[in-house]
Amino acid sequence: MPKVTVDGVELEVPAGATVLQACELAGKEIPRFCYHERLSIAGNCRMCLVEVKPGPPKPQASCALPAAEGQEIRTDSPMVKKAREGVMEFLLINHPLDCPICDQGGECDLQDQSVAYGRGASRYHEHKRAVTEKYMGPLIKTVMTRCIHCTRCVRFSEEVAGVDEIGALYRGEATQITTYLEHAAKHEMSANVIDLCPVGALTSRPYAFEARPWELKKTLSIDVSDAVGANIRIDSRGREALRILPRVNDDVNEEWLSDKGRFQVDGLTRRRLDRPWIRRDGKLVAASWDEAFAAVAKVNPGKDIAVIAGDLVDCETMFAAKALAGALGSTLLEGRQTGLSYDCSNLAAVNFNSTLSGIETADVVLIVGSQVRWEAPLVNSRLRKAAKAGAKFFVVGPEWETTFPATFLGNDLSVLDKLPKAAADALKGAERPALILGGAGLGKGALNGCLALAEKYKLIRDDWNGFNVLHMAASRMGGLMLGYAQPGGIADLVAAKPKLVLALGADEVDFTKFADSIVVYIGHHGDKGAHAADIILPAAAFSEKPGTYVNTEGRVQRADKAVFAPGDAREDWTILRALADALGVSVGFDSFDELRGAMATAVPALGHEGLADYGALPKAAKAKSEGVIEAYPIKDFYLTNPIARASETMQRCSAELLHGEEFAEAAE
Amino acid sequence: MADRHLEPDTPELRARWGNFAWTKENAAKAKEIIARYPDGRQRSAVMPLLDLAQRQVGAETNTQGWLPIPVMEYIAAQLDMPVIRVVEVASFYTMYNLVPVGRFHVQVCGTTPCMLRGSDDILAACKARGMHKGHTTDDGLWTLTEVECMGNCASAPMVQINDDNYEDLTPQRLDAVLDALAAGKTPKAGTQEPGRHTVEPLGGPTTLTEMVSANHDYRKEW
Repeated sequence: MPKVTVDGVELEVPAGATVLQACELAGKEIPRFCYHERLSIAGNCRMCLVEVKPGPPKPQASCALPAAEGQEIRTDSPMVKKAREGVMEFLLINHPLDCPICDQGGECDLQDQSVAYGRGASRYHEHKRAVTEKYMGPLIKTVMTRCIHCTRCVRFSEEVAGVDEIGALYRGEATQITTYLEHAAKHEMSANVIDLCPVGALTSRPYAFEARPWELKKTLSIDVSDAVGANIRIDSRGREALRILPRVNDDVNEEWLSDKGRFQVDGLTRRRLDRPWIRRDGKLVAASWDEAFAAVAKVNPGKDIAVIAGDLVDCETMFAAKALAGALGSTLLEGRQTGLSYDCSNLAAVNFNSTLSGIETADVVLIVGSQVRWEAPLVNSRLRKAAKAGAKFFVVGPEWETTFPATFLGNDLSVLDKLPKAAADALKGAERPALILGGAGLGKGALNGCLALAEKYKLIRDDWNGFNVLHMAASRMGGLMLGYAQPGGIADLVAAKPKLVLALGADEVDFTKFADSIVVYIGHHGDKGAHAADIILPAAAFSEKPGTYVNTEGRVQRADKAVFAPGDAREDWTILRALADALGVSVGFDSFDELRGAMATAVPALGHEGLADYGALPKAAKAKSEGVIEAYPIKDFYLTNPIARASETMQRCSAELLHGEEFAEAAE
Repeated sequence: MADRHLEPDTPELRARWGNFAWTKENAAKAKEIIARYPDGRQRSAVMPLLDLAQRQVGAETNTQGWLPIPVMEYIAAQLDMPVIRVVEVASFYTMYNLVPVGRFHVQVCGTTPCMLRGSDDILAACKARGMHKGHTTDDGLWTLTEVECMGNCASAPMVQINDDNYEDLTPQRLDAVLDALAAGKTPKAGTQEPGRHTVEPLGGPTTLTEMVSANHDYRKEW
């Protein structure tokens, strides 16, 4: 713990801290461009210069200088001021100063820091450098003349994303940042370089020229594109959500966000259900709310009602639907739309027990039937971190392109009973062994085999729980906590032949099996569920209602309402409350607060934010693992949910990045 | 330097260089180069391999050689590293040619010492022979580049042609060198000053003269 003095204030800093971190601990702001907490240190922008004694009598780059015992650091001396002005002047020499037409304007590090630390005026009269345009795909808009060569994007793609595709070509003033041969950036977290870019060189292409940051209302929310529950901020103007940015939460998403979570936002304004529809003579016709409720009341299902929850719904909606079904006397609830039927009697067995931040510390990881890169890109970045710390990876399932060294053990699940020697030895010798079971594994009934493995290799230890199930739906853990699981999965619902099926944004269900039932679809997009519905009640998307979500590690998180739902659409719980009136039953709540209160009473863990406790893992039954994983459930990373499918950006990503279609660039 | 660029990745380029592979001798050399570095650090061999590839391309095309994209991909695959990292290295160092060059790559130093000793005349002499900066002559013989300091300031001005330096140049001496090269001869590399061997002072030493015949302790004279 070295002791240093920052501007006359003595403080102790952690061993291994840099001078920049010491200054931050002392509450001093150090301007910087290339330094980023989650990336390696480059030390090439020189903006963080400070005066350090003892040392050479010149300013030093604080980001790359280790704090040492007895250092006297000054951040307020004339030398530092002059150094910052000098560096800023050099940075601005080749910067175009086109802030009025730059999307970064208002949230630009270079802008802010040149105001705070730069000279008042320019002394530069020579020609400025110009850089030819670079193409980086449908998500990242580039204006490379603005680039100041901080190399954050290069380091991000190499270190965090694990896909080396961005590089700095040429040298000196001629340096250019580009993807290899100007191919599109092709990984699931590529757009994070937009946030990382301290200037306007890399900006969001779909959001280009949409709004200025000061016009936007910022709402804290939770991402629903996968089961990670990334913390996001929805920026909206008027009734439209314009963009989604990640928030910092070290326990969940650090400060990254998958491309789908970020850019499905334009799907929120397209293909929306904005009025009730009723199917008459095989055709859907627009109706009023009263007509729609009357149509539901006419079905009068009694206890012959089943509820299917979709992937994106919040806990409040599911609880309200459960209360409605319960009031009618039914417990036919299911959330696993595609027919999975794994045992949910003990939720610890279907939870990501290591926690998302904990999995980084694993030293041997066995992945069973999960293509982590597509199912949870943010978990994949954690696994990459573990791999960089020396973890070994073994994967059961079809091969996919990992961003870390991994050994594939084949598709046959019987391998679980008898692991190859290398994997078995690694697990035996590991201090923090972990297993990740994904959707493909669950679908083939690998849960029991994995539990047996957990016992055999002692995955659960005093301070470590290495048994993990990686879900793909934002609603999954919340749904399971609320009892949206039948022993036989959705087949039980089919077998019960309900008169009325309440589909809560359920778009992945095979509705042909419910041909004899009246399907009431409560949801926000005109997708597969709405096509199969008999009555459509338009509801709110995740950005249009407050909600509770539980991510795959059992973390209860709350999202706020950013904008109002379009047209006649209403928040889901109000629809269900009104349905209760239409069907003549009482659900026991009249306001959102009462609903939340009732939910917290029924399932206490949903009442407060943070990790839910599911207790100990169940004992594995004696059974053989068998089956072959032929494919992973996600066929197209960019089009996994109704919002993404409605999004033009995601459609284009799918066509261009996954299916190799060529798009001519509009002349600019 | 600012006008360096990669040769565009066209189907013709792929057709010409797509199946680039080491010759037998170069494959052995490449193996030997990679073996110089510890296991898992074979990336360190990227610079010598790029040089080797450039020479092989040169031998195949009877030029100084250059690095087409498929060749860089070949090296990246051999070293198990991302292609962009190879391109970064190749584009950083100016002695890797990114576009085709001629039989002789005439690199004229134009940095201050050479400039003071007459590099402008050298450049003019090159131009008089039909060379243009950054271009290859139509006969494919010469490519002219102006470069920064090559470290031969004591025998300025100088040019580097492929692997050899020619120093103490005047336009006439340069013409003699270029004529010899064009005629397929191998002119003497190094200084072109008659009577000079390396960079020793012309006409004998002017400083430390006491040291010529025997060791001399200058300290008492300070």
